Amino acid sequence: MRLGIDVGGTNTDAVLISGRTVLASAKRPTTGDVSSGIVSATRAVLDAAAVQAAEIEGVMIGTTHFVNALVERKGLLGVGVLRLAGAAGEALPPMSGWPDDLKRCIGGVSFQLPGGYEFDGQENTAFNETAVRNAALQLRRKGLQSVAISCVFSPINRSMEQRAAQLVKEVAPDISVTVSSALGRIGFLERENATILNASLSRMARHVMASFTAAFSEMGIHAPLYVSQNDGTLISAKYAAQYPVLTLGSGPTNSMRGAAFLTGIQDAIVMDVGGTTTDIGALVNGFPRESSIAVNIGGVRTNFRMPDILSIGLGGGTRIHLDRDGWPSAIGPDSVGYRLPEEAYLFGGSTLTASDIAVKAGLARFGNPENIPSLKAGVTEQILARFRSIFEDGIDRMKTSAGDVPVVLVGGGSILVPPELKGASRVVKPDHAAVANAVGAAIAQVGAEVDRIVAYDNQNRDEALQDIEREAAERAIAAGADASTVRLVDVEETFLSYLPGNTVQLRAKVVGDLAVSAA
Amino acid sequence: MSASPKLQGRTLSLDDVADLARGCAFLGSGGGGDPHTAFMEIEAALADGNVIELIDVTSLPDDAFLAPCGWIGAPTISAEKLPSGREALQGLRRLESISGRRVDAVLPVEVGGSNGLAALVLALRAGVPVVDCDGMGRAFPESQMVIFNIRGQKACPAILTDDKGNCVVLETVDNVSEERLARSVAVTLGGSCHLIEYSAFARDMKANALRGTISDALAIGRSIRIAREGGRDPFEALFDALKTSRQFDKAGVLFDGKIVDLKRETRNGFSVGRAVIDAFGGGQRLEVEFKNENLIARLNGEVRALVPDIISILDRETAETIVTECLKYGQRVKVVGASAPQALRSPQALAVLGPDAFGLPGPYRSIAELNGW
Repeated sequence: MRLGIDVGGTNTDAVLISGRTVLASAKRPTTGDVSSGIVSATRAVLDAAAVQAAEIEGVMIGTTHFVNALVERKGLLGVGVLRLAGAAGEALPPMSGWPDDLKRCIGGVSFQLPGGYEFDGQENTAFNETAVRNAALQLRRKGLQSVAISCVFSPINRSMEQRAAQLVKEVAPDISVTVSSALGRIGFLERENATILNASLSRMARHVMASFTAAFSEMGIHAPLYVSQNDGTLISAKYAAQYPVLTLGSGPTNSMRGAAFLTGIQDAIVMDVGGTTTDIGALVNGFPRESSIAVNIGGVRTNFRMPDILSIGLGGGTRIHLDRDGWPSAIGPDSVGYRLPEEAYLFGGSTLTASDIAVKAGLARFGNPENIPSLKAGVTEQILARFRSIFEDGIDRMKTSAGDVPVVLVGGGSILVPPELKGASRVVKPDHAAVANAVGAAIAQVGAEVDRIVAYDNQNRDEALQDIEREAAERAIAAGADASTVRLVDVEETFLSYLPGNTVQLRAKVVGDLAVSAA
Repeated sequence: MSASPKLQGRTLSLDDVADLARGCAFLGSGGGGDPHTAFMEIEAALADGNVIELIDVTSLPDDAFLAPCGWIGAPTISAEKLPSGREALQGLRRLESISGRRVDAVLPVEVGGSNGLAALVLALRAGVPVVDCDGMGRAFPESQMVIFNIRGQKACPAILTDDKGNCVVLETVDNVSEERLARSVAVTLGGSCHLIEYSAFARDMKANALRGTISDALAIGRSIRIAREGGRDPFEALFDALKTSRQFDKAGVLFDGKIVDLKRETRNGFSVGRAVIDAFGGGQRLEVEFKNENLIARLNGEVRALVPDIISILDRETAETIVTECLKYGQRVKVVGASAPQALRSPQALAVLGPDAFGLPGPYRSIAELNGW
């Protein structure tokens, strides 16, 4: 039995899943300390399903905690940066292009040190142990608690970063270290940015993971704890405590994965209708289609794997504006958001919202329809027609083929969506749609990705593919996967342009089932 | 030596540089790499109080000495191995010591893609102006595919420099040999190098260079931004800018649709890609074949655009150019075509950079003729 939890900005959702059955679900307000909201939601599902804490075999948490910390600049550590790059990149020192306030908040000291590789694996400049030691000493003297280590082409060879990490630990045993090769992709500045962000979150990540573990342990839940990462796969809490940046974009991914699970549909458009916006994404083989655009987090450019999401300004709390004659003049874009239960007419408030219209039209029954003022004949229909065209346009923008596709609705605001839509072969609203994100967390597997550059002139293609798959598998096992279940789910092979010979960028993604022993 | 000329140029702001980057990406015809790194270098230099001056080649005395420059190698590599920031100036100083005279101004070898901004970086480091012209009017994969070669200028001495401070000077028997040697040197030095080549006097550049291409790129980028900021159609603005441009006046939408397939295959030892784009209503299909850049577009099997004319795939909402490496299944795009500069469409030029040079079925027919523009 698995416990899935999604900690959002407003609500903390919990679901209890056994096999493919959702036994219970609950929604509770998110609390400032995060843990008490989790405890309250967890107690609610255990009570509802009459399940003992000891029966839980795994706990999976999706959280926006770290991304909020970055956006709000809260609880971040100052970071020292060791860049192993020889002279490469001297034109663009660490944190180039960062917002000034974040730079002030995190920016410690940085060192450009000998080291780095070329694309073909040769050394750019030799590693210099003394230089790394001296830099580490200075970081210790400055009292920095966290260090980010980046090395040119470390995705193809991690050893310089690992040697540097080892030396830092010798010189300054209390400093926490993040190496860029653990975070992935080719593209130096973006990877270094992610490494620095991770280092700045390291203390918070340890505390948050420890508080999660303590909270579950108090409830008698001693099952291994996992955290959702951006692509919808899991990492162990221990791994997340080291690499919190891997979890920054898990929210939309989890709700899409949950939608796939709840419906059994692997290829579909998923619409998550919330209070303020509707997030539309495309499921391909059960996973969200990834965005190809560099992702900005808190104003910093990164190259994380993030789902391609279209956010449109229509949700349950969207305000409906009428002109003086009582005809609809605008749908939003403003929204009463989480104040819906106070401000909407149907809850006794005095704002006309999208939910009021849906209830008035009989699409849903909640609140008190009597409180909704009467509208001119035809106005409700006109507004519903506008909702329809907004949703249909969104679907069309995210569809990948000309034919009709299934559309899966999740989220609390899905009452706004008509049962038939242009472009949709069918519109499916599964049970437990309101907690699809927690479901997505609960059902996930452990995943890992490796990205590197390979010259087929030097290494045989089959051998290269085996190599990269093996390395991705090792990573997945380190992140908590059961070795016997790890399988390759995706390989991307892109030939490098403007370079003679057969040099490619290879990227492999693997997933595996949870190893029960991992914690 | 020329007396230091009184330069009547315009100064480029950081906003101008951002607009230029957007315009250069469009002219890259799907290639040329990401200008992000170069943009950040320029941003830092402008913040330090340095100034970029853009001048017309006609404002220079005939004996002014000019250095075309750019980077050679794989954009994927230059996104990982960033510049030291000294490569360009080291190359320039070497050229000056070989030629025994100061360089008066620089220009991009190719305006398309990230190389459109590379000359600005060198201009800032050397404290010289940028000349409003280039040698390709777009992006091309090989360095002899340049108007300077077609009009008989010499590529050499060509100077390659890298992040570590290596400097290689090429003296070759012809310009095709220069390309071959330069590329293999670039690979040996780590897959991405700064290159100065086809240095010449303003007299030759006035006769040979594709003039006004930087202003054109700037106007393209600016028109898209201003339209977007004002909530207007960025494509209309783009076509207004192209129609009034100096070099790219015939332009239009070749297709509007969604990428439904991306194939990458190896042909004759080269990686060749194909983007298949279907119209939203179904029925119509455009196929774009690319190798580094987009080379040929076929509508329902019929050729609608051919290299050297520009074929760029743009996000259909923002009108931002999507380079070939970033094409993804499902993207909603408009494919835009624009005529290459007239000078690139002569029989002599087409022999070097037309369909034949890419192993495509010829003969070349202009985009205006193929589409009745």
